[in-house]
Amino acid sequence: MSDHQLRVSKIPRGTVIDHIRAGQALNVLAILGIDGESGETVSVGMNIPSDRMGHKDIVKVEDRELSQDEVDVLSLIAPEATINIIREYEVAEKQYLERPKRVVGILSCPNHNCITNENEPVETKFDVLDDGVRCEYCGTIVRDDLAAHIAAE
Amino acid sequence: MRDDQLLTAKQLSREDIEDILDRAAEFDADPAAFGDRREDAILGLCFFEPSTRTKMSFETAIKRLGGDTVDMGPVDSSSVKKGESLADTARVVEGYADALVLRHPSQGAAKMVGEFVDVPLLNAGDGAGHHPTQTLLDLYTIRENAGLDDLTIGIMGDLKYGRTVHSLAHALTNFDADQHFVSPESLKLPRSVRYDLHEEGAMVREHTELDDILPSLDVLYVTRIQRERFPDENEYQEIAGEYGIDLETLEAAKDDLTVMHPLPRVDEIAPEVDDTDYATYFEQAHNGVPVRMALLDQLLEEDE
Ligand SMILES: [Zn+2]
Repeated sequence: MSDHQLRVSKIPRGTVIDHIRAGQALNVLAILGIDGESGETVSVGMNIPSDRMGHKDIVKVEDRELSQDEVDVLSLIAPEATINIIREYEVAEKQYLERPKRVVGILSCPNHNCITNENEPVETKFDVLDDGVRCEYCGTIVRDDLAAHIAAE
Repeated sequence: MRDDQLLTAKQLSREDIEDILDRAAEFDADPAAFGDRREDAILGLCFFEPSTRTKMSFETAIKRLGGDTVDMGPVDSSSVKKGESLADTARVVEGYADALVLRHPSQGAAKMVGEFVDVPLLNAGDGAGHHPTQTLLDLYTIRENAGLDDLTIGIMGDLKYGRTVHSLAHALTNFDADQHFVSPESLKLPRSVRYDLHEEGAMVREHTELDDILPSLDVLYVTRIQRERFPDENEYQEIAGEYGIDLETLEAAKDDLTVMHPLPRVDEIAPEVDDTDYATYFEQAHNGVPVRMALLDQLLEEDE
């Protein structure tokens, strides 16, 4: 599937996440909690030739706009991505990602001894550092492969 | 973080520390003189792992201030065993007490409880996380024996899992203290602690041999290396032997070196050291009471 075809197969309403670093599309789906069971129509393009990036991935989700939390985590694993909110087949809003100061409730802490991994009524909270994230509860720093720490829904 | 919570040594400024230590010195001078100071205060002791000494030290402190304790008892007899969340337990005990002390095996437990309760809260150790009241009594002891500025301190032992070490190292960044860390390679400071120390602009100097720095030290802070950290008993024996202190080791030290240990010790410090002027660990343990009196007094005051 070419970039051109993806652009012309417009969706009536939803979100197009473009310029995802090649190979990260499935992680983006994981962040959005999309596993194919909730009934959304999702199109995924992988390793699409891109002038700007060489190759890129693209994800289109119909009838869904992203929450700020989701956008925040996206910015950590796909910092170059652009988010196009589609209404009435047109790009109604274009968002570029900014690194948040913290991410709440999305990542899980890799420290098994952390209170957030117990059966307690708390959400995970991570401070965003220059080169990773840090659990606000136990202080553990995660630098590599943040996508692996996306909490299962 | 709220003023009536002490969750980590990181939240303490130099001024906070000096305030508490000054107050502790007043209580220390005559502990029996303050029995009407916090007469009606009830302290809730939530100890989710055994720690008889820390618990006794808090009990003594609140009783010296005229208050009393309620205690949830050993974990295996409590509702925790029935699967109640820590958040719920804390909110229940909060209903009985004017302040809570929490000891819990999970890191971050105190921070979480702090989000649920309104009464003052003291973290008495959360997993490998923080143990700020220990840090304050350590600082009190260091101030009495060596002073907190122009200090060269060696911190030796299990630096990876030792929460007392993490809290102390952080608190010392408030002072003009040269910190040297001595440990086997496998028990070096964790990344997150190193990160904090760098953030504070502290220089982290790490050694595997005590000999390199012993002659320059004013204070040597020794911690226990736990057997269970090593899969192989021989490996443990080897390392434990290498990081133990006896009279022979101390020949290279300054005459006025202060040797500290958060206790209990196993064989990190030979008993023959106890009778020398170096030994300060029992005094250190004793200091837990006036320091915790000072803290409780202050937190209850914040809550008034
Ligand atoms: Zn954590």
